[in-house]
Amino acid sequence: MQSLGIDIGSRTIKTVLWDDNRIEKWEVVDATSQPSQIVQSVLERNSGVPAVATGYGRNLPEIREIPSVTEIKACARGVWWFRKDVGIIIDVGGQDIKIISLDRKGKVIKFEMNDRCAAGTGRFLEIMAARLDYSLDEFGNAALQGADAITINSLCTVFAESEVIGLLNRNIRRQDIARAVHQSVIRKITGMFKRMENNGGNVVIAGGGALNPAIIGLLCKNLSIEIRRLENPQIYAALGAAMLAAEQRCDAVFL
Amino acid sequence: MSQKNRPRGMEYFDFVMSEVHGLRIQELLDAKKEGRKVIGTYCTFVPEELVLAVNGIMVGLCAGADFATDEAEKLLPRNTCSLIKSTFGFKLGKVCPYLEASDMVVGENTCDGKKKSYEVLSTLISNLYVMDLPQMKSDNGKKLLKSEYIRFKGKLESLAGKTITVESLKKAIAMANAKRKAVQRLAALRSADPAPISGLDGLLINQVFFYDNPERFTASVNKICDELEARTAAKQGIKKPGTTRLLVSGCPMAVPNWKVPYIIENLDAVIVGEESCIGERGSRGAVDASSNTVDGLIDAIVERYMQIDCAIFTPNTERLDHIKEIAARSKADGIVLYGLNFCSPYLIEALGIEKELEKAGIPAIRIETDYSQEDTAQIKTRIEAFIERIKG
Repeated sequence: MQSLGIDIGSRTIKTVLWDDNRIEKWEVVDATSQPSQIVQSVLERNSGVPAVATGYGRNLPEIREIPSVTEIKACARGVWWFRKDVGIIIDVGGQDIKIISLDRKGKVIKFEMNDRCAAGTGRFLEIMAARLDYSLDEFGNAALQGADAITINSLCTVFAESEVIGLLNRNIRRQDIARAVHQSVIRKITGMFKRMENNGGNVVIAGGGALNPAIIGLLCKNLSIEIRRLENPQIYAALGAAMLAAEQRCDAVFL
Repeated sequence: MSQKNRPRGMEYFDFVMSEVHGLRIQELLDAKKEGRKVIGTYCTFVPEELVLAVNGIMVGLCAGADFATDEAEKLLPRNTCSLIKSTFGFKLGKVCPYLEASDMVVGENTCDGKKKSYEVLSTLISNLYVMDLPQMKSDNGKKLLKSEYIRFKGKLESLAGKTITVESLKKAIAMANAKRKAVQRLAALRSADPAPISGLDGLLINQVFFYDNPERFTASVNKICDELEARTAAKQGIKKPGTTRLLVSGCPMAVPNWKVPYIIENLDAVIVGEESCIGERGSRGAVDASSNTVDGLIDAIVERYMQIDCAIFTPNTERLDHIKEIAARSKADGIVLYGLNFCSPYLIEALGIEKELEKAGIPAIRIETDYSQEDTAQIKTRIEAFIERIKG
């Protein structure tokens, strides 16, 4: 039986079509300024397929009739399916960082999520990459080549950007600034991570941030642990939502 | 107020709220004409008994909404908590008729933010009186509180032109005790499943506690409690039986700060208690009125107020015990530790309390926010995920 999971994130919309316990099809598209149009066209293409929505936009008025779950539950479900050995998921998304701790059965036992501030999230990295004239792909690699010569102290995206401008004006090497920017994100994740107790399972990283090699590399180094990277790390919340749609027993929450 | 299935007794509290800037103010102005004094307060440490004993009227002053924040930020750093900024905003915007009607406004040395901001507030409010408070529950702390209450008594007596007697103080104690007993009864009734009343309404009643005529308030709370008992006997509730039950614990939610309870109860959950100054922390216990001297009665008042487990005290371990006790009594499935941005006392306590609660098998989540609405979607996601976690 087919089922559909849609994860309406702040930066991208992820769709997974789940069929007989395998991924039939998946897609990651830019959320643009019209997320509801994208979601509606996905639903039209898959009409009749049971669906569950998750993510920031899960309660968009246009999809009111579709059951929803939070991205925390959805992500945990999606990751656990592929990695039964998972203990903690680090999910670096566009606007949020989430650290989710799971029990052996994949149940969420605790989670941490950053507050409203965007510092340390995917969006923060995007803004800093643009400021340093790197594409997102180049940005992580540049950070890996940089040295730990300087520190970005500011927790705020806007202030951190001013700090970066100041560093550029002092002719600090771009890679070193890229490294410092990544380290500031890593510090934020580390703080949240350390508050979480691990039940002994593996640490897995998901979300768009997992596409960035410096995030994983520096995080492993900083926490002195091994972090497993998932293939196509952005789709796990959508995948979890599709699985829950298949189970037909997700707790729908309507507003 | 758009909730379904509300108890009928809420009509009274809705009415009080809707007339908060109308009839109640008129009552205060009428009372002032008769020579009674109105005392505005910001904290549950100000003993209502002493105010009532000089036939005065105590009102809690609003600090629950962003108002004239830009004006407030001319006088205060931006990273001051919403409650304090709101206090200034209401004054600078001249929107709080209670503040304007007060013959004396009482500030108190609780947290550093309030303490220092009263220095600034005294330049705006000519009749501001600042009460010192202990920070430790020691014998010296108790002595300090007593000497401050005696100083406050003297101030009230000269303001009202009345002397507090054993009789007037006993009568005042009885009135304040009755008021507390009524809200304690309400708190106990909220342990029923299905919850007979929403958390939003429970909070509203606890907020009205600070504004209304005490005797009328007590009677109205007891009346709604009768109704809730009948509802519980008939297995009626505000939401389905088995709905996830949450206890909110932390910073006070002053009128009209209903942000987090509104988010929670628009999800599949019901709030079954408030461990807060505007809630059980502020209304727990009673004053022993058995002494036959004014000094003995003041000792009894000190005894009761020293039990308030405000986070300005160190150590403040009773608070964790109280949270566990309320959680057990109200059959809460989880605790929402609510803290205002920049409120170090509660935010610091929240980390340790969260850990202890989880250790005891009680799920807990920390929510740090202010009065603005921008983070509503974010908080909703976190609380929704917390409810999912509880449901498993």
